[in-house]
Amino acid sequence: MTRRLIRLGRWLWRIGIAGVLLWLRRGKEPLPERELPASPRAEKGVAALLVGAGLAGAAFALLYTFDEANTQLLGLAAAAALGLLAVALIVASHAIVPQETLSEERPRFADPEAERDAEVEDVALRAREGVDGITRRRLLGTAGGAAALGLGAAAAAPLASLGPRVGNRLRESPWRDGTPLVDENSHPVLAGDLTVGAYLTAFAAGSDKRDLASSLVVVRVRPEELELPPERGDWAPEGLLAFSKICTHAQCAISLFRYPLYPERSPGPALVCPCHYSTFDVLKGGKRIFGPAVRPLPQLPLKIEAGRLLAAGELSGAVGASWGGVEEGS
Amino acid sequence: MILVGTGIYLTLFFEPSTSQVVYHGSYAPLRGQEISKAYESALDLSFNVRAGLLIRQVHHWAALTFVAAILVHLMRIFFTGAFRKPRDLNYYIGLTMLMLAVLEGYAGYSLLDDLLSGMGLAIGNAVALSIPFVGGQVGTLIWGGRFPGTEAFVSRLFIAHVLLLPIAIGSLIAVHLAMVATPHHTQFRGRGRKETNVVGTPLWPAYALRSLGLFAAVAAVLFALGGLVQINPIWQWGPYEPYLGTNGAQPDWYLGWLIGALRLMPHFDITVGSYTVVPNPFWGGVVFPLLVFGFLFAWPSIERRWSGDRAQHNLLDRPRDNPRRTAVGAALFTWVATIFFAGSADRAFVQFGVPYQGQLWAYRAASFLLPILAYILTRRVCERLRESESHPGRGSDARAVVRNREGSFEELEPVGTEGVAGPDRG
Repeated sequence: MTRRLIRLGRWLWRIGIAGVLLWLRRGKEPLPERELPASPRAEKGVAALLVGAGLAGAAFALLYTFDEANTQLLGLAAAAALGLLAVALIVASHAIVPQETLSEERPRFADPEAERDAEVEDVALRAREGVDGITRRRLLGTAGGAAALGLGAAAAAPLASLGPRVGNRLRESPWRDGTPLVDENSHPVLAGDLTVGAYLTAFAAGSDKRDLASSLVVVRVRPEELELPPERGDWAPEGLLAFSKICTHAQCAISLFRYPLYPERSPGPALVCPCHYSTFDVLKGGKRIFGPAVRPLPQLPLKIEAGRLLAAGELSGAVGASWGGVEEGS
Repeated sequence: MILVGTGIYLTLFFEPSTSQVVYHGSYAPLRGQEISKAYESALDLSFNVRAGLLIRQVHHWAALTFVAAILVHLMRIFFTGAFRKPRDLNYYIGLTMLMLAVLEGYAGYSLLDDLLSGMGLAIGNAVALSIPFVGGQVGTLIWGGRFPGTEAFVSRLFIAHVLLLPIAIGSLIAVHLAMVATPHHTQFRGRGRKETNVVGTPLWPAYALRSLGLFAAVAAVLFALGGLVQINPIWQWGPYEPYLGTNGAQPDWYLGWLIGALRLMPHFDITVGSYTVVPNPFWGGVVFPLLVFGFLFAWPSIERRWSGDRAQHNLLDRPRDNPRRTAVGAALFTWVATIFFAGSADRAFVQFGVPYQGQLWAYRAASFLLPILAYILTRRVCERLRESESHPGRGSDARAVVRNREGSFEELEPVGTEGVAGPDRG
């Protein structure tokens, strides 16, 4: 009895659907019959997947509106929507649309006859080349290349107005004899605040802290450790040394100071650049001891006046990465 | 498409400017610090714009995937000989796109003006300065002055990232696809497949659906990553100043090979008297990538000259069919990969305490030995496979059987052997 009712229900349902479809399609041409792989299950599945994708998309919108847009949930919702869509499309391509494998002629690009002719001509040309010296084609090609070079240079020239002339720009530095050292908050650097092994970033007073040549590393070692070159004998009062903070290899900030307690295990007080581990010997005036850097770290001679640190001259070399024309330095 | 979509969304909020402001936003640890407007707007779009962080992270993940996909595609083209005429021009276009994509990614993550961006740009500037003779001028030109450059530099970088490079890549993609469609796609040898025909599923509707399906699937994974897996948490790095740096910093993966080259290069400049002519970063930062790309660009001509094969090819080689090419490719990719891993030597040191100096020497040795080893090994394996015609990894030895008109059964040729037996040449 119930089974019969269910069957009746199904039947009515189908008639209803058919009726609705007919009503919707009234006045239109009937669909041409298509050969499709008979897989109603796949069709239903795809439909369900698409609906699921729609729901997940709606969930994204809802989450965005009401749940303070939680990043994780939003991501999951979007992923679910797109993932369901992906499955639906792939299933559809495999089970719903016609499955066929066709064979199609490739278009030919070169006429074999012409190709052979060209080959013959080429050989003849080469033969003549030996006699005439230069072919028309090569002459024209070379001339064309020259023209392209000239025109290209003309077109590229206005690019130069992008930037200022180099001049001495890459060598500029705010450090002069008597320039005071200040810390990050623009307070004067006091010699008494730095103990042995200390490390401090300092700047030239009154300069822009973003200026590449302004920032310094100030460290203190025991004066008897120093092995500075003779001409730099008075550059490190009380064992205080100052170097440019910008690595001479690739201009990263030298933010590591190695002051080993056990010299046997890790040699000398040294400044290390974190980018490619270029290492500079503090005691020998910034000489490079390891890594890809070539030039030594520029050193700034220091003096102490009324407890404050001042520059006693200019930096010993150019700050930042090398360029063609920079002095290599000792 | 995802890159473009998410990218457009981000530009609505991002402000490319280095003018300094004091941060009062919603990320407490940075409050009160002076930071650039660029960095501030990147922070705000991550914290205060609804779905902003999701979109930014999807954008970053998509960029990483984009370059990776191009690289895998390049390997397929190289190892199957799909770069041969009539597709050589398209292969050059593809290589150009790979270079542009790397540049685009670098410009993108350099825009944010966080600590890692700045360190990357410092190195980039050093590489620009290192170009012989014109380096100083080039560096000053692009940056509008000495590093870290002027306000103009950030807007140039921004325009390059959102307009110039995307347009270049987009138009090249269009040409690339058109040039795939015109001579039709390549195919492997097989039943009924000849140099002169093309066998496959027509574009509409099944193939189009499948492609759209793949697109949606990729998008799904990217959104899942963007939502669930944190990438580049710029608020932790802090703002960039030329005098700040951090240990163990790593760029996006597609720049790892260049960092590795900078690390491995022994420290020497070319000098005249006491003046530098060619500074050190030139070797790793300019010569190395030019060498790799130059070789890839030159390969089709090299192979034509070596093999004397100048014909047009629509059928693909299996990697084993051409042991020499496969071995050369394997050696090249091994070389680049070794140097790529050397780029992470500082991570291995900071994270696991592996001595840095030892690593450096090991990598230097490996970058010479491994490619040779890869060449010999690959060539052996290919030749052996070609001689034996065996298919390790192809599971079944099944034969197709059909019933003929008389009602008895007969065995068909095993699928796939037709036309496979002998390669064209050695």
